[in-house]
Amino acid sequence: MKNCEYQQIDPQALPTPTPTPPPHHGKDTEKKKEPRRPRRKWEVFPGKNRFYCDGRIIVARQSGVLPLTLGLILVTSGLFFIFDCPFLVKHLTSCIPVIGGVLFVFVLITLLQTSFTDPGILPRATPDEAADIEKQIARLRSLCFGFDNTGNTSYRPPPRTKEVLINQQVVKLKYCFTCKMFRPPRTSHCSLCDNCVERFDHHCPWVGNCVGKRNYRFFYTFIVSLSFLTAFIFGCVTTHLALRAQGGKGLVFALQESPGRYPSFTAVELVICFFSVWSILGLSGFHTYLVASNLTTNEDIKGSWSGKSGEDVTNPYSQKNIFINCCSVLCAPMPPSLIDRRGFLPTDESAQTGSADIELPNLAAKSEINVCTQGTKGLLESAALSPLLSTSCPQGKPQNSHSCPETSSALNSDPTSEFSKGCRGNHTSSSHGDTSHPRHTKARSKKCKREALHIPNPAFDVPVSPTSPDAAPDSKAGSHKGGSLTPLH
Amino acid sequence: MATEFHNLQELRHSASLANKVFIQRDYSEGTTCKFQTKFPSELESRIERTLFEDTVKTLNNYYAEAEKIGGQSYLEGCLACATAYLIFLCMETRYEKVLKKIAKYIQEQNEKIYAPRGLLITDPIERGMRVIEISIYEDRGSSGSSSGSSSVSGSTAR
Repeated sequence: MKNCEYQQIDPQALPTPTPTPPPHHGKDTEKKKEPRRPRRKWEVFPGKNRFYCDGRIIVARQSGVLPLTLGLILVTSGLFFIFDCPFLVKHLTSCIPVIGGVLFVFVLITLLQTSFTDPGILPRATPDEAADIEKQIARLRSLCFGFDNTGNTSYRPPPRTKEVLINQQVVKLKYCFTCKMFRPPRTSHCSLCDNCVERFDHHCPWVGNCVGKRNYRFFYTFIVSLSFLTAFIFGCVTTHLALRAQGGKGLVFALQESPGRYPSFTAVELVICFFSVWSILGLSGFHTYLVASNLTTNEDIKGSWSGKSGEDVTNPYSQKNIFINCCSVLCAPMPPSLIDRRGFLPTDESAQTGSADIELPNLAAKSEINVCTQGTKGLLESAALSPLLSTSCPQGKPQNSHSCPETSSALNSDPTSEFSKGCRGNHTSSSHGDTSHPRHTKARSKKCKREALHIPNPAFDVPVSPTSPDAAPDSKAGSHKGGSLTPLH
Repeated sequence: MATEFHNLQELRHSASLANKVFIQRDYSEGTTCKFQTKFPSELESRIERTLFEDTVKTLNNYYAEAEKIGGQSYLEGCLACATAYLIFLCMETRYEKVLKKIAKYIQEQNEKIYAPRGLLITDPIERGMRVIEISIYEDRGSSGSSSGSSSVSGSTAR
């Protein structure tokens, strides 16, 4: 039996069957003998994320302008401490660098936490789950067809949506083609990260990550403390210049008075802080409003609960009390990360995914692996231990075409709305949080054009039959994911 | 007719997976974690309705306890904010503590109630808190025992 052969070759593996053919497997063991270490789940993660420190740190694929954000904060604060603090300590009080220091540390820590924390990514559905959902959908459709045929008028919901009643409010749940599940309420699929994120707020390029359920409090603390910091630095620099101007012959003299290097640096600080204060304060104010009404940026932009459609809709998640809303958003218990980045894959599983990554798929072997995981002994481990067991096999399957990453973004159930959401979400954060409309539309059209170019096949916009979009794009998405994972480490 | 298994080990060696049932989330009260207590038809011949409902209700209570917003969670939230959320790196959060309790409860339920009936509950955290997956096993040969305690305990070792 292939079981025995495998166990002879690899006595360390769990006593589960992994029937890879001996020559193929022999090649594998040669390659795999060296890194015999068990693989962690982040190494086979299907989304477009990057991991550091062995899975402890997660960031989006594109770091966006996070280096710029860090640079601006460090440079401005550095200039403040070097050039303004000595003067102000002498002339005013020594509390100033202390307050500045505390704010600076706060800003930096919350920024890094926002960027490096899992925003609330939902793991993709296992094949069994996906199949079960497909059966449900097919059953619902056949019921709808039954009604139509008898001539009774009945509401036929569009395919791939489910309606639930939340606090007496009807909410539509959409089916996510990439993650193969009905998205829970308030969950949205981020096309940049290619993940469904719970309580999705927006994808922020300034922090280089999505903002969702798990890191919203970090993000909010970051922008609030940053607005305090920029306002504080702005105030201190203005005071500094005012004090110098008082003692001298005016502002220009004050700027020129100091040794050569002072004026330009002070001017730099002033300019940066001036523009930042308004935009960051505006963003903080906007998010304070969102927190107080328990809304997300996504919902606010889409107008989900504002009753634009004329119906009597209210936000079903709001507790109708500002204080309670704030507490439930910011002070709720910290939810756990659902993707278990640092968990280990079972050793037989890591061998399979390893072979999938290393060479072109031996399709016979892969199908055997799939069969085997549905088999007897390995069943309980695979069923209970690792959802990624099922997701990694389809990943490895058709790896012959590393098709473009854009295809996966076209898999969303509603691509145009996803992209416009991503655009608007992107834009909201990228334009310094300024919600004025002219800037909105300019940057949005730019971003939307860029995103729109990525959709190769707008046909996915149309309600689709159950089989066609899943079969082909699934393989492409799988192959892309498999291909994109290898350069990770 | 419920197949009889003596222990989880026997189930592992002699059973084959027949089907999987997925208990979906109940969103009627918002996004808090709660599962539907509707009894699936596939389990009708395998387990009593009351036992199943008890399990799901207990799980729902555990999750409600984990997500409860009250005086203690406000204090924890304020303290965390004051320390720039660095305490999350040092301390185990309340949610994680409750998740450990849930894992233990599920393992206990599997050993005592579900495995003897040829069923196996998968911890929802393994499925992204979306579903409770119940695997239904058919006895392949002679009466076996249920195994899955090792796999369930393996799943708790995160």
